[in-house]
Amino acid sequence: MIPALSIILLFQLAGEVISRALGLPLPGPVLGMVGLVLALSLSPRILEIVRPTAQGLLAHLSLLFVPAGVGVVAHFGVLSAQGPAIAVALVVSTVLAIAVGALSFAAVARLVGGREDD
Amino acid sequence: MTDPVLLWSYLTQAPLLWLCVTLLAYWAGDTAFRASGRKPWVNPVLVAVILLACLLWVTGTDYSAYFEGAQFVHFMLGPATVALALPLHANLGRVRRAALPILVALVAGSVTAIGSALAIAWLLGVDPHTLAALAPKSATAPVAIGISESLGGAPTPPAGLGLLTGTIRAIVAPPPLHALGVRDWRARGFSVGVAAHGIGTARAFQVHETAGAFASIGMGLNAVLTALIAPWVLALFQ
Repeated sequence: MIPALSIILLFQLAGEVISRALGLPLPGPVLGMVGLVLALSLSPRILEIVRPTAQGLLAHLSLLFVPAGVGVVAHFGVLSAQGPAIAVALVVSTVLAIAVGALSFAAVARLVGGREDD
Repeated sequence: MTDPVLLWSYLTQAPLLWLCVTLLAYWAGDTAFRASGRKPWVNPVLVAVILLACLLWVTGTDYSAYFEGAQFVHFMLGPATVALALPLHANLGRVRRAALPILVALVAGSVTAIGSALAIAWLLGVDPHTLAALAPKSATAPVAIGISESLGGAPTPPAGLGLLTGTIRAIVAPPPLHALGVRDWRARGFSVGVAAHGIGTARAFQVHETAGAFASIGMGLNAVLTALIAPWVLALFQ
């Protein structure tokens, strides 16, 4: 677990350093994720080390959003005045984005003839 | 026997109490979710947030004191984002085979998410500062915080907005997808990953493994794309 956590944190750290040093619009953890995908394709050994810890982290992904969620309530002052407008924007845009995304994926997949599995 | 007031002041100073309570609240939420037969509206995160918000309100604790403890949970979002490399890597072959649908759905879904959210909020008279917080709301939470900070938004609301989006999505998504007749699990998962984020992805994993894998791909790719296009779309409305 310690080697796995070290590897994950190192990739996050590297991502953070690169993002800040070069002034990239990409946050550090995302660069770290891209870096780790590359590293995993190069070395199966890293995959073996990281897998159990990474799966543990991802299994409880939704827990990690709780503190930020409580933050919404704490910063309700900012949101409450414009709350209804923001809620409408969120619901409508989410439904639209899911519909557009799923339909375009399915349409293009049918065009290029690929239903590989299920 | 120590004075209870002294004991309470120790507990409110140390991170232990709120870290412990955060985990307990999530545990309660997860138990309620399972007991309900995994009904989407009994979202464990939503239950935990409501419980904690009530508790903070009753005890008169402010958010910064709470966050002293909760920051350890919050911090793990970064490593968890890095850990998404695993499902991405495991599905690289399928991603490559579905490269064209992924690319089209990514751009279409991402532009629709940012563009329609900003357009609707702008039409309803939301101020520019809040618009900056709203722009990256589809990206995964740590990403959304970073992007919104660099766009001049307040740091915490975007995380909250992202959470709201994910929660709203987890509740509203299945009906439109059923109504549209999209049966392809790759398409369903991917579009959910693009439009929602961690919570959507976590939910997709529960529904179907293929949907979960493609949701994490959608979430990862959209994080990259949103960071690149959010400033441009935002500029249209300011």
